[in-house]
Amino acid sequence: MINSHLPVLQVLLPLIAAPLCVILRQSVLSWLFATLICFLSFIISCVLFNQVLESGVISYALGGWLSPWGIEYRLDKLTAFMLLIINGVAAIVLLGARESIADEISSDRLYLFYTAFLLNLTGVLGVIMTGDAFNLFVFIEIASLSSYAMISIGNDRRCLYAAFKYLIFGTIGASFILISVGLLYAVTGTLNMVDIFQRLPDVENTKTLTTALVFFVVGIGIKAAIFPLHLWLPDAYSYSPSIVSTFLAGTTTKVFVYVLIRFIYSVFGYETVFVQEAMSHVLMILACAGILYGSYLAIQQDSLKRLLAYSSVAQLGYMLLGISLATEAGLAAGLIHVFNHAIIKVALFLSVIIIIFYTKTDSISKLAGLAKTMPLLMLSFLIGGLSLIGVPLTAGFVSKWFLIKASFENGYWGLVVVIVFSSVLAIIYIWKFIEVAYFKEPDKVVIAIDGNQKTPYLLLFSLFVFVIANVYFGLDSSLNVDMANAIAQDFYLDFVVQ
Amino acid sequence: MTCSLFHPGLLLILSGLLISFLHGTKRTVFVLLIPCLALASVWNMPFGSACSVQYLDYELTLIKLDALSRLFITVFSITVFTGSLFCCKQAKSKELAAAFIYAGGAMSVVLAGDLISLFVFWELMALASTLVIWSAQTTNSQRAGMRYIVIHLLGGVILMCGITAHVNATGSILFTAMQADSIATWLILCGFLLNAGAPPLTAWLADAYPEASFSGTVFLSAFTTKTAVYVLLRGFPGTELLVYIGLFMIFYGIIYALLENDMRRILAYSIINQVGFMLCGIGIGTEMALNGAAAHAFTHIIYKALLLMSAGSVLYMTGKRKCTDLGGLVQSMPVTTVCGIIGALAISSFPLTSGFVSKSMVTQASVDEHLLWIWLLLQAASAGVFLHAGIKFPWFVFFQKDSGLRPDDPPLNMQMGMIFFAVICVLLGVFPNMLYFMLPYDVNYEPYTAAHVVTQLQLLLFSGLAFFVMLPLMKRTLTLSLDFDWFYRKLVPVISNQLFHYLVQFEKVFKQGFSDLKLSHYLDNKLNIQLSVGMGMSMIMVVFVISLSYLLL
Repeated sequence: MINSHLPVLQVLLPLIAAPLCVILRQSVLSWLFATLICFLSFIISCVLFNQVLESGVISYALGGWLSPWGIEYRLDKLTAFMLLIINGVAAIVLLGARESIADEISSDRLYLFYTAFLLNLTGVLGVIMTGDAFNLFVFIEIASLSSYAMISIGNDRRCLYAAFKYLIFGTIGASFILISVGLLYAVTGTLNMVDIFQRLPDVENTKTLTTALVFFVVGIGIKAAIFPLHLWLPDAYSYSPSIVSTFLAGTTTKVFVYVLIRFIYSVFGYETVFVQEAMSHVLMILACAGILYGSYLAIQQDSLKRLLAYSSVAQLGYMLLGISLATEAGLAAGLIHVFNHAIIKVALFLSVIIIIFYTKTDSISKLAGLAKTMPLLMLSFLIGGLSLIGVPLTAGFVSKWFLIKASFENGYWGLVVVIVFSSVLAIIYIWKFIEVAYFKEPDKVVIAIDGNQKTPYLLLFSLFVFVIANVYFGLDSSLNVDMANAIAQDFYLDFVVQ
Repeated sequence: MTCSLFHPGLLLILSGLLISFLHGTKRTVFVLLIPCLALASVWNMPFGSACSVQYLDYELTLIKLDALSRLFITVFSITVFTGSLFCCKQAKSKELAAAFIYAGGAMSVVLAGDLISLFVFWELMALASTLVIWSAQTTNSQRAGMRYIVIHLLGGVILMCGITAHVNATGSILFTAMQADSIATWLILCGFLLNAGAPPLTAWLADAYPEASFSGTVFLSAFTTKTAVYVLLRGFPGTELLVYIGLFMIFYGIIYALLENDMRRILAYSIINQVGFMLCGIGIGTEMALNGAAAHAFTHIIYKALLLMSAGSVLYMTGKRKCTDLGGLVQSMPVTTVCGIIGALAISSFPLTSGFVSKSMVTQASVDEHLLWIWLLLQAASAGVFLHAGIKFPWFVFFQKDSGLRPDDPPLNMQMGMIFFAVICVLLGVFPNMLYFMLPYDVNYEPYTAAHVVTQLQLLLFSGLAFFVMLPLMKRTLTLSLDFDWFYRKLVPVISNQLFHYLVQFEKVFKQGFSDLKLSHYLDNKLNIQLSVGMGMSMIMVVFVISLSYLLL
């Protein structure tokens, strides 16, 4: 009985739990409660994942109103895959969150953080689940508004500025998406994604459709921080509470990449986007520029969080590059990197959180000699970094392998050069910190680390989960690679008319 | 994992991870035992493929053994053994561990039957060798190690691109002989050549190796370049380009070594020079030439390790590394001197040493193929080798003026390491068949003909004469020779800083929008936000993207 209602439960659970956090008020209690909810949500997504694998697409009519009149929740393999990533990251990150945010958020606002966190999770999960274009916009707004709140909640005054900047950018992006959805509604007369897709052939080659597509790409470009619309991202990641940056890096941008894929294939259709409008080249150029620009600026940063933020801009370019190849292999490569980048970036951010926890700074120049006092932590960072660079036997290598392979299939040698060059840049920016931490004599900040400070066990646990995941998925990549391949295959069977 | 016990490479990698937990005598026994086990396992292994593993939709073959790979594994294990013997009491655990992983990586590359596992261990070698350099724990070694790893990871990605493209084009991941006729194979060739120290990125070798500790250099000299020689032997035999690259490296090595003052840099340049001989052999590509290249790799690893051990002993005992600071050490370091001279004779291919029986195969191959110019150049280069490594190194370090230094011979285990390799150098020279029967092709070659011995002796004597006649010219001062690495050490940072400057300007224009929002007022809760010209800039950017998209559509 309950099994058939799991899709709606997946979204409702965190939505209902969020206000309960406000009632609980007490910080430890609300943390326990929110973590419990996240784990429940993770379990639901696992069950859904299995269901989708066994029985194919699940369609759930919200409130019993059948589509196309009511709102439809639609689960295919891609949805289930994304749910798994998002819930996994959310649950494990939140488990370690309490020990870190106590430092960065004043204690009377802690319960608000958990509320915002759960709301954000609701929004993000809703975006993934929904099969209705307008409903998607609503969930995007829920996710965005709660993330503005999460960013601005910290003690660091600069986070207000970052949140405000994000607010302006995000609102412009959201309005563009709304305009796009409106235009689609105008030409097709429906908001259900499956319906839109079926009716689009009638309105092919109209200016309205082109305009809708361009508005959509720009809107989602801002939300997903695609170069050159990424300007909000470095500030938002570096000034917000560290846990928030971790969560955003692991989930939010990934979700917008998902939306991009979803709209390209199952709303606008391959034919419209890639064949008629040649969008592939626009995305490809932006992706390459983003990869080089992000990697290059990451080298120049002194703040670790900012460095990782710029590296996120670059890594996002990799995902976009995979998608822009407009082939099955390219899509699969993009999806593999969505998964792998989530575990890589979260592992790196978590190690930075622990560094901040002990030293209260994330400035590379002040962290000289850190490896002498925290060898295990630096080892974790090193593994995460190697994975980001794409050294064999780490998850990053698998992504890079498939991405380069997909580029070769299209015969795009130029892209391969970009990928190669940017991984050299990645070596430089990761090694910049490794060098300082391992070879410099300990600085006063590092010497002053208090050995008697309480060890953040849960935080360490979260970190190790992701570090081990990086190595595990480098050795046995059957879960993500097979899944991504299956998704890409399905997409090309279902949505692309050969 | 059952096969990992018999896989010499994985055995070394795993034991490398264990070394940090051992101390004192236990560590000594352990590091001496493991290479022997590796050697025993490779000689008890049947030829053919074994040990397949599933990875990324591919079936990897971790072991593919034939005469060529057995030859390299053999010399690698002997070098690990002797290198460990040389420094088992003195080296840091960290360095030994890194060296073992490095050597294990090299062996695994040699055994790899497919391109993917080859690449995986290739990268492992690059990382572990960097750790060996860093174990010296000096500022110079950090910087040099940093440049070293960047160049090698760059080579790694080039190789990876080539492999991916090759797998895409052929559908097979097997590592077999290739022709450099497509972009894919060219990239693979470039990746291989970078590790061999080929131009234009040659400078990493002489830049990084001498910065390692006295024992680290011994390990470094053996593996990276020789694995590259191995993969070229296997993958690109008979590629004519390699002859010219080889010749270039031969003369490059000689010239820079003659200009150099640091004793271990002299030897590092001479590695490039010797690898040049091997590449020439691979490029000529006849059975004789390939045999010669393989045999030369074998003997070269041994005598170069011997030379670096004697240089390492001098460094260990005196703490000095410049020729201008050394001299006259023969009086107090007789064992080191004798071993150094044997190594120097072997590298100059003096009859009755190992270099004589291996290098002559390469020159003979050029004669057989009627490659007159190449033969002449190789002969001229042989004289040059004698000049820079055969005489210059021992003369300036052990003889020449008396520097007043009176260090003792190094500790017993270090002496034993040197003596062991000195004996092998002579043994191989006297009984060349010990080496010849291991080679991949049948050998019908007799090095000790009267004509050959006389020619070689004449050559050596005259170049020896030339050295002493030109002695004033040979004396080095504290000069610095400019190499290709100037480009990435000086020019790239300058360009990069400029680029950064422009990018910052670019960002500023767009950021203007937000700094103009009178941020300070906002934070002071006065909330008088003024939407100014800058805010407009951000909007213009969005419009710009839209119109750009329109233009492209």
